[in-house]
Amino acid sequence: MLNFTLRRLMFTIPTLLLISFIIFLILDMAPNDPTGNLPLTIPPEVRATIRASLGLDEPLYIRYLLWCQQFFVNEPLNLLNEWFGWCIGDCENRLRVSSWATRSPVVDLIAERMPQTLWVVGMSYVVGILIAVPIGVISAYKQYSWFDQFGTFISMIGFSVPTFFTGVLMIVIFSVWVPNDSIFWLPSIYDTTHKVDDWSSFVFQIRQMAMPVMVLGLYNAALISRFMRASMLDNLTQDYVRTARAKGLKEQTVLLVHVLRNSMIPVVTVIALGIPQIFGGAIITEQIFKVNGLGQLLIIGIQGADIPLVQTLTFLFAVLIVLFNLVADVLYGLLDPRIRYD
Amino acid sequence: MNLKHLIAGTLGAGLLASTAMAGGHEAQGRDGSVNIIYWQAASIMNPYLSGGTKDINAASMVIEPLAHYDENGAMVPTLVDEIPTVGNGGVSADLTSITWKLSEGLLWSDGSAVTSSDVVFTANYCMDETGGCQQLSKFGGVESVEAVDDLTVKITFDGPKPFPYGPFVGSTTPILQAAQFADCMGIAAPTCTDQNFGPIGTGPFTVTEFRANDSITLAANTNYREAGKPAFATVNFKGGGDAAAAGRAALETGEFDYAWNLQLAPEILADMEAKGVGTVLSSFGPLVERLMINLTDPSADLGDERSTVAHPHPFMSDMAVRQALSMAIDRPLLVEIGYGQAGKVTCNVLPAPAIYDSPNNAGCEVQDIAGANALLDEAGWEMGADGVRAKDGVRLSILYQTSTNAVRQDFQALIKQWWSEIGVETELKNISGGVFFGGDQSSPDTFQKLFADLEMYANNFDGTDPEAYMGNWACAEIPSPENAWLGGNMPRYCNADYDALVAEMGGTADIAERARLAIAMNDMLMQSYSIIPLVHRGNVSGIVNTLEGVKLNAWDSELWNIADWSRSE
Repeated sequence: MLNFTLRRLMFTIPTLLLISFIIFLILDMAPNDPTGNLPLTIPPEVRATIRASLGLDEPLYIRYLLWCQQFFVNEPLNLLNEWFGWCIGDCENRLRVSSWATRSPVVDLIAERMPQTLWVVGMSYVVGILIAVPIGVISAYKQYSWFDQFGTFISMIGFSVPTFFTGVLMIVIFSVWVPNDSIFWLPSIYDTTHKVDDWSSFVFQIRQMAMPVMVLGLYNAALISRFMRASMLDNLTQDYVRTARAKGLKEQTVLLVHVLRNSMIPVVTVIALGIPQIFGGAIITEQIFKVNGLGQLLIIGIQGADIPLVQTLTFLFAVLIVLFNLVADVLYGLLDPRIRYD
Repeated sequence: MNLKHLIAGTLGAGLLASTAMAGGHEAQGRDGSVNIIYWQAASIMNPYLSGGTKDINAASMVIEPLAHYDENGAMVPTLVDEIPTVGNGGVSADLTSITWKLSEGLLWSDGSAVTSSDVVFTANYCMDETGGCQQLSKFGGVESVEAVDDLTVKITFDGPKPFPYGPFVGSTTPILQAAQFADCMGIAAPTCTDQNFGPIGTGPFTVTEFRANDSITLAANTNYREAGKPAFATVNFKGGGDAAAAGRAALETGEFDYAWNLQLAPEILADMEAKGVGTVLSSFGPLVERLMINLTDPSADLGDERSTVAHPHPFMSDMAVRQALSMAIDRPLLVEIGYGQAGKVTCNVLPAPAIYDSPNNAGCEVQDIAGANALLDEAGWEMGADGVRAKDGVRLSILYQTSTNAVRQDFQALIKQWWSEIGVETELKNISGGVFFGGDQSSPDTFQKLFADLEMYANNFDGTDPEAYMGNWACAEIPSPENAWLGGNMPRYCNADYDALVAEMGGTADIAERARLAIAMNDMLMQSYSIIPLVHRGNVSGIVNTLEGVKLNAWDSELWNIADWSRSE
């Protein structure tokens, strides 16, 4: 197992390097310009100076190597400096990956965005799983019952109605129709500067998270509950279930210990593979509720042709996806003793 | 009037004055917090490193120029006592220098004194060639900026400057504190993250927390020069989302007090306003949505000489065609469908300030399809069997490009329909704004290259002086491969008479005379139909009904008078 993990880890390095280069090439070829969104009153000569000051007049490979140096060497060194106070080399004037729009280090921007994305998108994932697993189990156990039909209907809606519709619908209901002083009123705009330090601020945090979490949670639950149901159905017809029942085990034990555990194997994989998406943020939902997490950061970067920001963010997503693929494989081996990689 | 009345009157006036004084001296920060939403989030608080409107507006709450433009486009002193003019001796008689005198006793928000060295530093900061200053054009022609004494700054130009109010007038060129930015000159400018996110200023607010592309928290500046202002203790400046969501937050739910730039379909905006929570405000600057006719041939067969003056356009060079295209457009309908309160019909490319608005082109306001058809018949463009006019084998078939934007695509569809009624075939194309307005040399789709028969976009100018704007249509400004497609003369219009007027304006200081020249230039462009104006566009913002003192300003930052805002109960 350890061997397998190490071997896979070694493979990820060239993969990620290749990915980073491909991202860089794609971004470079995209016909976009960081001065493109500036007011037209800024004359072209000034635009040319701005582009030069961003280093855009250097050839492609130099810009790529510079990014590599900044990202793979300078940023880790800076982290060591910030976390442990170790200063290696010239830690005062180290060139970090800087966003063109904000002129500040990209990694700091990402760190600033991480909490709200993890809270909102992460919580919606947890909520989604908590809703999906029981629904999947019951739907499978009572296949074609009214509960199963209803669950199928709800998950079809959750799956096929886009979040930009459900999100706006919820805002219209809970922020516009419901009067401001009602306890059911929910804010339509997420306050990222809000700090939780007492009970009432905690309640406010719950209220402002309610809508984005439910919108995303519904979507996640729809997906996972279908997997759960299908996997349970597969297992319920297996011989070992009949054997367990024949041994006289309680129905509850058969279902929740024997069947559920075996059915979880593919579902856990699906859940693990979905985790990088949490970090990727939910571009649309974040925009609708102004959560301003990583998804919104990415979309602003793309619109403003902020290449270092987009490059760094997409690369980090690639790292997470590669890593969680590995985690899913390892988990698979742990959950199912029949699978051995060595 | 007898003595008794006089005394009573004086007493009454005195009483009124004293209560007014008391009103003005109420405590700073009495109205709590004001929430502002900009659906484009601010990225940085330094206008010299970002030309984006959102960034300039956010910064205008903190750092200020020497003078602002008010809501009518008139200059008002901010950090000075009076605006220098030739009349008061502030501008030299030969128009080559301007001398500003700072008000006495001004303090930065950290308590230190504002001096002329800060102004000099700011000029040097922007004029440093390696810094990539985005407001460099404001300092065009500046030879030197020097401190005469602690409160006096003299700006010298390399030649006569009839309108010397480029640097330090308006929110695009505020004064930075020299002490804070001393290590941020030139190449180091972008590395000063703390300074760029939290500049020390003289404005009514100071930054407490800056979250790039997200939100800014500001607190009242305790050293602000006017007692009792600002009325708000804190500002919560939130970014993100879209115009519809911002409008909803200010006009329907009332969560925010001020929502910037509500470019929404007129009926949506009217529905929101009908809730009774907020009000829509609009103001008009010089922004005009226009069609730029390509007077040169954009045919792809020409290779490198595409859309250059070497090849006149096969049919757009015929003025009758251009005029017919303009006559076929129903401008009031375009305004109604696309902009509502945020638009007005205009027949000029220079519709504001009012003194520059030409009265000579009013005819375009009424659509005249029959007249356009007659004009084309007369010019020899015969209607073909397929409904498209042609002459000598040249068909009136147009490629019409613009940037991707819902309103612009509506306009394209409508105009295509009207043109089909006069026998002109139109192919529509829309290009992402970042590409269309971006200067990418390798892209064929930029608005400068204009590889199409005409294009539509909006443009305006900063401040109130149209000299540079009108100068865009001089022969030397034609974009071509030789000048790397730079220049603002998209129609490739070239007229020696026009160039003469541009030169004349460059040496004229008298405002009435400048207006006459600007109107003459505008009329030349309009009457040759090289530029077809469509809609005079305004800024639209929404405020909740309890917010008072907002004066929407199209000439400066929308938040220019945030110090005067207050809340009514």
